[in-house]
Amino acid sequence: MKFDPVLADIRFGCGLSPRVGPPGASQAILDSLDAPDRVARTFPIEPFETFLIRMQERQRLSKIRRAQRGTPEAEAARKAIKVLNKTARIDQATWMGQHILRRTWTDAPFRERLTFFWGDHFTAAGKAGLIRRATSPYFESAIRPNIAGRFEDLLIAAVTHPLMVHYLDQDSSIGPSSEMAAKRGKAAGLNENLAREVLELHTLGADGPYTQADVRQLAELLTGLTLNFQTGTHFRKPFAEPGAETVLGKSYGGDNPNLGDIRAVLRDLARHPSTARHLARKLAVHFVSDSPDPDLVAALERSYRDTGGDLKALYATLLDHPGAWRPEGGNVKQPFDFIASACRALALPRTAFDGMKENRFRTLVIRPLGLMGHIWEKPDGPDGLDEADTAWVTPQGLAARLQWAVTVPQLLLPDLPDPRDFAQTALGPRASPPVRFAAEAAESRWEGIGLILASPAFQRM
Amino acid sequence: MTDPLSRRAFLGRSALIGCSLAASPLLTPVTFASAPGDNRLVVIVLRGGMDGLDVVRPLGDPNYAALRAMAEPEADPPVDLDGFFAMHPKLRVLEPLWKDGDLGFVHAVSTPYRDKRSHFDGQDVLEAGITDLSQGLTRDGWLNRMLQHYPGAGTETAFALGRDPMTVMTGDAPVSRWTPEADLALSPQALRLAEVVMAEDPLFASTFAQSVALAGGDGDPVEFTGGADEMMSMMQADQRASRGVALETRIASFAAQRLRADTRIAAFSINGWDTHERQDRSLPRALGRLAEVILTLKSELRGPVWKKTAIVAMTEFGRTARLNGTTGTDHGTGGAMVLAGGAIRGGRVVADWPGLAEADLYDRRDLMPTRDLRAHTGWLLRGLYGLNRDLIETTVFPGAELGDDPGLLL
Repeated sequence: MKFDPVLADIRFGCGLSPRVGPPGASQAILDSLDAPDRVARTFPIEPFETFLIRMQERQRLSKIRRAQRGTPEAEAARKAIKVLNKTARIDQATWMGQHILRRTWTDAPFRERLTFFWGDHFTAAGKAGLIRRATSPYFESAIRPNIAGRFEDLLIAAVTHPLMVHYLDQDSSIGPSSEMAAKRGKAAGLNENLAREVLELHTLGADGPYTQADVRQLAELLTGLTLNFQTGTHFRKPFAEPGAETVLGKSYGGDNPNLGDIRAVLRDLARHPSTARHLARKLAVHFVSDSPDPDLVAALERSYRDTGGDLKALYATLLDHPGAWRPEGGNVKQPFDFIASACRALALPRTAFDGMKENRFRTLVIRPLGLMGHIWEKPDGPDGLDEADTAWVTPQGLAARLQWAVTVPQLLLPDLPDPRDFAQTALGPRASPPVRFAAEAAESRWEGIGLILASPAFQRM
Repeated sequence: MTDPLSRRAFLGRSALIGCSLAASPLLTPVTFASAPGDNRLVVIVLRGGMDGLDVVRPLGDPNYAALRAMAEPEADPPVDLDGFFAMHPKLRVLEPLWKDGDLGFVHAVSTPYRDKRSHFDGQDVLEAGITDLSQGLTRDGWLNRMLQHYPGAGTETAFALGRDPMTVMTGDAPVSRWTPEADLALSPQALRLAEVVMAEDPLFASTFAQSVALAGGDGDPVEFTGGADEMMSMMQADQRASRGVALETRIASFAAQRLRADTRIAAFSINGWDTHERQDRSLPRALGRLAEVILTLKSELRGPVWKKTAIVAMTEFGRTARLNGTTGTDHGTGGAMVLAGGAIRGGRVVADWPGLAEADLYDRRDLMPTRDLRAHTGWLLRGLYGLNRDLIETTVFPGAELGDDPGLLL
């Protein structure tokens, strides 16, 4: 059990492609993370910093609407807000198309997979209005540039990001002895949401060595971390709890609360041995199997601890370990992996979504993805997508995958390939006799393609 | 407190189901369900904040008319219920149920969620069944926590229907999911070949057998002979249904079919209650869907099963007592619940009416909730499934106080 180019492309990449060959060695996969991010330039997605300008505009228009109620200016502002919302909704769909095209054409597919892995680890989404459309910009600005550095930098970028601050209610958390609490009285209070999720989901893990007192202390330490639409992350001193807080036995902060204190505690949490254990297991479960080789998990944990959370070293350990290359029992692709890997196998044209109406894109991609169980950029909770195969292989999810596979490819491509060839393209040596038989026996080209894509061999990684 | 015996019995059984299912791909889902109780519960989440004051109008309250003065009078008058309350004219089709005691309401209730009036948080509190969000969100819903104490629950006992996540049903207890939009339409040949391909992997094979069984049971057959274009238009029709009346009705119809068999609990949502503008136009659309769902359930559950069914529809919050500047209402607090079914003691509006004078309103703007809707729901669970009070107050609805029995069931 060692490196295998086909398995590498399926398990650590975005699937086999008729146009982009598989990697030659583990080192090539690692090196691809250092190469310029070409595919991001070819298929751009708006960075969050640019998205903020939309939020500023929205804020300006809302002010006009409120201040000049009943006037033509207010009416014009109302209409402009509507356009702003609609444009953002359409752009959100466009960016999803870009994610698919990046996966279809990239020669550094591990980067795409890691971006989604960490983006899901740090699940964040807007709750109402324009900011609901900001998830892809958040991925682009906070996650993607940080996937191959140190975990602590990724952690800080994600946890202090305006979208996370908004999603987990940190913007309304007010220290009980803060200046603002004195002003507002009973209405102001601490919100533990972000503090709890940082400990439970982002760092130590649910079985980590923290108590309710640590959650509370961390919540007090996080007070002041808010956002505004001008600068994004914004520290509001009047919200901050004065004095030091003790998290896992160590004291942080003091009389002059600031973002530095928050970064300090996040760095320590990132280097904690429980974080090493939590992330090692999560990475192995995500990329290899629901029940990964314990020796692989142990090796990842050691690597993380020894390097203080160097992510590239962690990935090198993963790719060098025999436990990562067992061909049997691989994970079932999550719905987006499934759709995007199908598009890669089909070599979806770079222009496939050009000029496509939003509603058609929804019909062909977004709604089917929802039926497969993944509602795009609208997470059920901060714990993100389920890692268990059984969460996705459900009667409804499987029906939706099969139906998508037989119906949609022909609507996206001018010509479908011959199913007999496509079995080889999509599956390589994995194309089993039953799959080859189905490809041959199908009554139509589109059913043949659909059966290959819906086969367990294609759906597992 | 949890009853350790029934908990263990439940866990043992679900593990067993898991194994047998994986081992025998040909098993159809109907075979392995067994539920001892006969009572059915349908939970409908009304997303968007239903305006209880417009749906069940307190015409007898001296302050109501002034709060709800419309520019033009309604063409259709409301339906008098008890001399004090009258229901929205769009619900007139349900009047026979009211007269038979198969329709009732609970008024001036809410979850414990207060003040911020966000749909997102309000629905989280409603579905999680918790007191507040200051500790973050639990990851399971109250209906699932209830199921974990439902003796002999199998994979078909509970169904979450539709495309919404239905957090109320999420958790460790097994729950089946289906939405009529997730259709399968394949040529007979492709269907056979799909079975051949899936047979290579036990998980896929057993699940696919269930897909076919479910897809075949929701109104249109799986086997389909048509070209790509027809298939595309079917797919679009299935998706279109998700935005119109048809989807909810199809869900209700599918739910009825399951409830006649081994399913005892079904949950789904009806959206479209966020009536900020022109409520006289928007609210009837949502109410029409709700009425259609209740009528579909009644007609398709048929006599004996309908008699054992309780339907409860609840929303994340009520709306402002006053109409706003665009003849709609904004997010409020106290609201109403809708009850239906042969098992409920209907024909009444259960309320400890707080009054609508400005000083009686919550924050001088919303209907004052006089009771936690978790108390009513808790009493329903107790009456239908014999759950003990302690379990309801600590596990299903932690922090809720059941108080006196409002007598919602026959």
